[in-house]
Amino acid sequence: MNKPTLPYDVEAIRADFPILQQAHHDDVPLVFLDNAASSQKPNLVIDGMTNYYRTSHANVHRGIYQLSEQATQLYEDARKKVRDFIHASSHREIIYTRGTTEGINLVAMTWGRKNLGVGDVVLSTAMAHHSNIVPWQILAEEKGFMLKFVPILDNGTLDMEAYRQLLEDNSVKLVTVVHSSNVLGTINPIKEMAHLAHEQGALILIDGAQSVPHMPVNVQDLDCDFFAFSGHKMLGPTGIGILYGKRDILDDMPPYMGGGDMIARVTLEGSTWNDLPYKFEAGTPSIAPAIGLGLAVDYLSSIGMDKIHQHEQIMTEYALDRLAEVAGLTVYGPPSTQKGAVAAFTINGAHAHDVAQVLDSYGIAVRAGHHCAMPLHQLLNVNATARASFYLYNTLEEIDMLAETLEKVKDKLIF
Amino acid sequence: MEDMYREMILDHAKNGHNWGLLENPDFDHAEDNPLCGDHLQLTLTIDADGIIRKVGWDGDGCAISQASASMLGDELVGMSMDEARKLDKQIVLDMIGIPLTINRVKCATLSLKTLIVGALGQKQWEKIEDEE
Repeated sequence: MNKPTLPYDVEAIRADFPILQQAHHDDVPLVFLDNAASSQKPNLVIDGMTNYYRTSHANVHRGIYQLSEQATQLYEDARKKVRDFIHASSHREIIYTRGTTEGINLVAMTWGRKNLGVGDVVLSTAMAHHSNIVPWQILAEEKGFMLKFVPILDNGTLDMEAYRQLLEDNSVKLVTVVHSSNVLGTINPIKEMAHLAHEQGALILIDGAQSVPHMPVNVQDLDCDFFAFSGHKMLGPTGIGILYGKRDILDDMPPYMGGGDMIARVTLEGSTWNDLPYKFEAGTPSIAPAIGLGLAVDYLSSIGMDKIHQHEQIMTEYALDRLAEVAGLTVYGPPSTQKGAVAAFTINGAHAHDVAQVLDSYGIAVRAGHHCAMPLHQLLNVNATARASFYLYNTLEEIDMLAETLEKVKDKLIF
Repeated sequence: MEDMYREMILDHAKNGHNWGLLENPDFDHAEDNPLCGDHLQLTLTIDADGIIRKVGWDGDGCAISQASASMLGDELVGMSMDEARKLDKQIVLDMIGIPLTINRVKCATLSLKTLIVGALGQKQWEKIEDEE
């Protein structure tokens, strides 16, 4: 198969990622294709965080001494980098969380608890990650609202006609939808969905865990009310994520956790809340991870999200073509033009876990299971899929290796 | 570092001008700075022409926050409320006159925050505070 041309020098990028230089199982090079679960980290992030701990660490927003001022400056500079990266209008709309999951739970526990009740509907989708189903189930039990799901068409895209109809009964208060599916790869028409939700007076929350790392995102252009994502899937460390929210909505929300840093004044009789975004950031935050996330944003921006997205579209198209040559293999989701850099697949006669295990022995890391989307797998009528997911440092040769090794996997597993 | 406690700042902090709350004020608002635990209450009397005639404040906080209240109070006497509503954070930072680190800026601007939040609300203050 002729190889397409990629938009940048992938080898130069790979040189920035020490883990990709390591041999695995003693002597096989690592082919890391589990980026939808978590990405690897460049030296800029690793060294930047180490350097922070070596030279600038102290608690933030508290100390008057030089180290605390430095730490606070770095921590707040990172917030502004994220603001610019997703084109929010103010750093006050950028709330540090532990990750996408915490961001969604924050909205459920504050906005949801205040605004949802009997007779209301929260509309999620059949392709939702568990983090965008379970918090609403827990809250629905407490508040008595209904949780409904937009169905999926056979081609792996959302049923937009059904979405319109579900919105029509006027009781939908919140639409909560994944930007890019972590299994099907489907990139949902968020801007259109936000417009339709707003027409019916509903708010919209976007799970951007699989979109922000891979494509340019402009939260103002999408006109979403909330947007949650994770640092570790976009070259940053674990333990840090972002919840974006429109300022007026955040202002009206009660706080999330109580504690230090989120208060203006505390007496034994009662307390008042700090200004945005600190109202939602109780306790000593993940300072080094926040700084690491800022550096990850610097790294991604230095390459350009347009180029990264273009690279991944080429990779995905190439991967789908190569996987189509493997007899007995089924890839789930829409065609490459409507798809993020994800290929979830099954092979007739081989369980996904066994496929992943044999691939690992050749140094190829993929994920196997339900990828925190059990309802979607029930719908696809499979109990598990193997999933290869690509990022800016993956090469076309790695896709060749995957396709060629899958033939060996079949020889080993299918008699 | 001595700069931060130069004589003028310490003098304002120790002998705050316009210290003490006014009776029957036309403006009365209090704000906090959670970082230092600074608390500031600002009262004003405003005449029929909208001119600030008297300033009175009461507070508890660091030298920077107290000095800034004292200096801003001096500026406000004789100023129209229309003018006062248009003050930006630079005026306070210029009065303090020394470079401030990220955590201390909140101390220096507490007096202005109290005035602006009381006159125009939290959102207007955030707009002023966020000017880079």
